[in-house]
Amino acid sequence: MSSEVQPPTEDGAAGPLPAVTPARVLAGICLAVPIVATLWVSSYTKADPELGGMPFFYWYQLLWVPVSALFTVGAYLLIKRDEKARKAARGGDA
Amino acid sequence: MHTGVNVTALTVFLLFFALVTVMGFLAARWRRADDALHLHEWGLGGRSFGTWVTWFLLGGDLYTAYTFVAVPAAIYGTGAAGFFAVPYTIIAYPLVFLFLPRLWSVSRVHGYVTPADFVRGRYGSKALSLVVALTGILATMPYIALQLVGIQAVLDVLGVGGSGNWFMKDLPLFLAFAVLAAYTYSSGLRAPALIAFVKDTLVYVVIIVAVIYIPMRLGGYGHIFDAAAQKFSTVNPATGKPTGSLVLGPSSHWTYATLALGSALALFMYPHSVTGVLASKSRNTVRRNMAIMPAYSLMLGLLALLGFMAIAAGIGKGVQGFNAQLSVPQLFENMFPDWFTGVAFAAIGIGALVPAAIMSIAAANLFTRNIYKEFLKPDATPADETRVAKIASLLVKVGALVFVLAMDKQFAINLQLLGGLWILQTFVTIVGGLFTRWFHRWALLAGWAAGMAYGTWTAYGISSKATKHFGGNTAEIPVIGEIGFIGLTAFVLNLLVAVVLTLVLKAAKAPEGTDETSTGDYTADAGDEAVAKAPQPAAAH
Repeated sequence: MSSEVQPPTEDGAAGPLPAVTPARVLAGICLAVPIVATLWVSSYTKADPELGGMPFFYWYQLLWVPVSALFTVGAYLLIKRDEKARKAARGGDA
Repeated sequence: MHTGVNVTALTVFLLFFALVTVMGFLAARWRRADDALHLHEWGLGGRSFGTWVTWFLLGGDLYTAYTFVAVPAAIYGTGAAGFFAVPYTIIAYPLVFLFLPRLWSVSRVHGYVTPADFVRGRYGSKALSLVVALTGILATMPYIALQLVGIQAVLDVLGVGGSGNWFMKDLPLFLAFAVLAAYTYSSGLRAPALIAFVKDTLVYVVIIVAVIYIPMRLGGYGHIFDAAAQKFSTVNPATGKPTGSLVLGPSSHWTYATLALGSALALFMYPHSVTGVLASKSRNTVRRNMAIMPAYSLMLGLLALLGFMAIAAGIGKGVQGFNAQLSVPQLFENMFPDWFTGVAFAAIGIGALVPAAIMSIAAANLFTRNIYKEFLKPDATPADETRVAKIASLLVKVGALVFVLAMDKQFAINLQLLGGLWILQTFVTIVGGLFTRWFHRWALLAGWAAGMAYGTWTAYGISSKATKHFGGNTAEIPVIGEIGFIGLTAFVLNLLVAVVLTLVLKAAKAPEGTDETSTGDYTADAGDEAVAKAPQPAAAH
């Protein structure tokens, strides 16, 4: 495999993966969602609905902590797969 | 409520303190190094920490005793506005996920120990590297001093110190720091890494117990928030405005969001955060940690609610000039049985020792690599570097101690607020450099200077009840007209200056400086050829 010429991809370039891949874009979205959600302050500055006596403002933000972690796990898995694919593509070139 | 010394609590506190002291000294033998005299060993624990050790280390490093005291104190004082620490820690990890793996890789390949090392290698600029190092040291010093404030709050409530002449008054604090300095000197980063296990376990236990047990005694969360709402609705006679609010008013949205974003951007510019990251053993260790660090953020969020519980429990009610910093320690003492108060105070006390150790190591690394070796003794051997760093770590701690004992505590708090603003001004240079060499080194220097000057000057003009200058970190954002975090405004100015001057300098063909890094260095991982050839001993076992 290593001595063979890589089959050209759709845009005609051979070898390494392009900088923008679906996995990277999805990972970027995973990372952006919690940032946008928490910076959109006006979406959660209200007292109702309460949860167990706690105003919405507080429980909503606390809820975002584990949710953001899930999104980051998603990004981690996507990037890990992408890096593996890149390594394989580079290995194929050598 | 106790008036004298709380003996049971003090005994438990001292037992934990003795335990971590022994651990601190034994840590030198933990994962013993091949080449103990190399700065990577003392200053980065041999770059050998796996996912869990890194998680405890970073958690112990970022969520400090001062955080535990100051965040609920802010909630106690102002309500919703103090809760920005939660969005701040939500934003931080996805954000740094983008660039920390690149910083890890390039530092691993080239043997960089500090962020300023990277700047030196990337831009070939001694001046730029020096300002990054100095900004880091400047921002870290008051932060270490504030850890002492955290311990002091606990000791005050325990009834130790705070009376007699100045020497007797501060003796406990002095002893705690002397012990800390001794084992940091001998064990380096391994000491806080090992002690962080104890610290974080205690913190988790205490907070989980607190958020279940205290509301049970106070009649549930509903009652707690009602009591808080009642307190915040009272009008402050001096300003004619309510003292705080349970939900943010519309005029505070920008303040809340810019404080969260600016603090998140600044978090991993702090040298001690970078030290924790560079000590990990692979790229994916770094990434995995960004996914599991929010466990600490959840603790921080729950801890913040303790500020409301302190209100509901009537802490400080009717006391003239009550120090809000004491609200949570006092809440613990009033609510918990004595022995558990001891455990809770040990969590705060040890919570101060771990970050103080890492911060002093990070500051010592900066001094050694970017000032001593760069300007004073370029032919220093790795053994020289380690020796100098160890001594520097002692001096940094003595400096912090003098800070707290000799100067006004308010001054340390002011400086720590400024520190966040200052450290953010290194972001364009460091993170910009991780992705592109487009920025010109002189433009970055000018951008840094503009951000520092604007931020410091604006903060100087803010007075508060407690202090005439540097009384806060928010001001009107020019053009937008809303109140926002000064650091973030200064950061935008910094970026604009850097972009415009880069265009000018490129047009004028100003010399770019040499870049010793190559594209592949930023994605190198443990096991790659580039890492195997890296200029440092292999990781310790």
